[in-house]
Amino acid sequence: MICEPACRMNFKNLREYLAWLYYQYLLITGIYVLEPWEKSIFNSILFSAIAMVIYTSYVFVPIHVRLALEFFSGIFGGQPESTMALMN
Amino acid sequence: MTESSANKLLNGDACHRTANGRKASKNGFVKNHCLFQQPHKYRRPREKNQNVTHNSSLYKKPFSESFEETPLLVAVLTYMGYGILTIFGYLRDFLRHWNIEKCHVARERDEQKDFVPLYQDFENFYTRNLYMRIRDNWNRPICSVPGAKMDLVERVSHDYNWTFEHTGKVVKDVINMGSYNYLGFAENTGTCADAAIEATQAYGVGVGSTRCEMGNLDIHEEMEQLVARFLGVESSMAFGMGFATNSMNIPALTGKGCLILSDELNHASLVLGARLSASTIRVFKHNNMQSLEKLLRDAIVHGQPRTHRPWKKILIVVEGIYSMEGSIVRLPEIIALKKRYKAYLYLDEAHSIGALGPNGRGVVDYFGLDPKDVDIMMGTFTKSFGAAGGYIGGKKELIDYLRRHSHSALYATSMSPPVAQQIITSMKIIMGEDGTTLGADRLRQLSENTTYFRRKLREMGFIIYGNDDSPVVPMMLYMPAKIGAFGREMLKRNIGTVVVGFPATPIIESRARFCVSAAHTRETLNTALEAISEVGDLLQLKYSRREQPLPSLGWMSEESLLQD
Repeated sequence: MICEPACRMNFKNLREYLAWLYYQYLLITGIYVLEPWEKSIFNSILFSAIAMVIYTSYVFVPIHVRLALEFFSGIFGGQPESTMALMN
Repeated sequence: MTESSANKLLNGDACHRTANGRKASKNGFVKNHCLFQQPHKYRRPREKNQNVTHNSSLYKKPFSESFEETPLLVAVLTYMGYGILTIFGYLRDFLRHWNIEKCHVARERDEQKDFVPLYQDFENFYTRNLYMRIRDNWNRPICSVPGAKMDLVERVSHDYNWTFEHTGKVVKDVINMGSYNYLGFAENTGTCADAAIEATQAYGVGVGSTRCEMGNLDIHEEMEQLVARFLGVESSMAFGMGFATNSMNIPALTGKGCLILSDELNHASLVLGARLSASTIRVFKHNNMQSLEKLLRDAIVHGQPRTHRPWKKILIVVEGIYSMEGSIVRLPEIIALKKRYKAYLYLDEAHSIGALGPNGRGVVDYFGLDPKDVDIMMGTFTKSFGAAGGYIGGKKELIDYLRRHSHSALYATSMSPPVAQQIITSMKIIMGEDGTTLGADRLRQLSENTTYFRRKLREMGFIIYGNDDSPVVPMMLYMPAKIGAFGREMLKRNIGTVVVGFPATPIIESRARFCVSAAHTRETLNTALEAISEVGDLLQLKYSRREQPLPSLGWMSEESLLQD
């Protein structure tokens, strides 16, 4: 929705394009009409939430992926070698 | 007794409006005699059903109206935007309540503590926390004649629109896309202005009395005869205020034991009049003839609630052009229904008189119908005639009755003579009685401008509501922040527009409304269209998902697209 008609806009440089994207963000969320301090509250809440999401996914996702892989390999994989050692 | 009448006994009137359609269809034996049956069950998914002319035999020319459906993503984002603004509204209300922030608006005094709260309903909340933030787009003072171009008084606000102060500067030559100046008679030079000056010199400006006392001038009599001739009715009478014409005359016409069938988008003056009249009001869906017919049949079959006596009168109240949707009433079908079910018809031509029809005589002229089929022809002089006031036309008995019973005839001061003269002169120009073709030129110019402006906007990819021939052009904005941004960006480009949001429209269907005028030249319109397109790209307003017609086929292909 954002990208397709953006080609009609003729931007001179990246800076202008980013300014336009920020303007779209203001308009769609409705914070365009808010006072500056309200804007900063909204932005800080939103960006801290996004930052927390990214941080938690960076910290916990690899552990969960490893645990899940171990769990599934335990079910579908072959016999672990340690049991073979017990037999001997 | 059918099930529906039993329900009525229990629930009274309240359940009627919502459940009526369902009830009527339950009542099997009347169902098959409907004048207008549902033509087909299938609807095109992206259109709200207005594109298909249901009873094409009644229309002399294609009747194409479109209300493109809101894209889902846009609707979701709009609700999200309102959600965010509402949260901040509550935050600000909280701060005001604990005196952390200064409260600029009226609030309860300490003495009123524990009384019923006055400022807590949704509309107050909306005004305080949403409307206030973009209030600079409304009520801008104008300091010139509101013709095709106008001058605005520049104003600034240092406290986020709570107060404004004038800088003393004037914004010159702003293109006026907002005035209801359909035929361009809002002028300070030319025949009409000269005649008004002469009338002021002869009669003065104030009258100082009502029509039935000392305020009945010969110029009023002349005007009423001219209006009757213009409309093609037996007799007519004029009032000093358009709003009061509706709100004070409907109570004179109907009363207790009468039924008013009102379109859901009728103007506030009609709603107020209907409520003041103490008649029962039932609302039908906008321009939906099936809904109206169901209500009419139900009213005739069941009569009044509880007593089941027949209604004394059934009055259908509709408007010519609906000012927020740009749609034109389906008059041929309504007249067929009214004749079949013996109801009366009240037609409010506030926007359509002068603006529609080959002779500028409103919707009746537009559809080529007989004005005698409409019982009460109401209209205003405020729009196309560039004056003020309203009229009612109809049979002589009706007008004589209204002269004696209408509040606005008995108690209101009569119309100012220069205003009456402006009406007479402009009406004569429209009728061609001044010996020139100026009126015909204006009518042609308006219809060309309307077609051109609507076609261009549609080609640019905006969602435009309404009939192709209506000079009221609503363009959808949807998101709350875009209402404010659109008005400001357009004013930056020296174009004055009207933006409309809740409560005048449903909460998500905010729009900008352009009124095309005969005073606009092609260059003016092109300048405005360029700016609209630029702002449309900047704000991402080109929501339309309708396939564009091939440019080589032009206008015809678009018409056939709409007709399929």
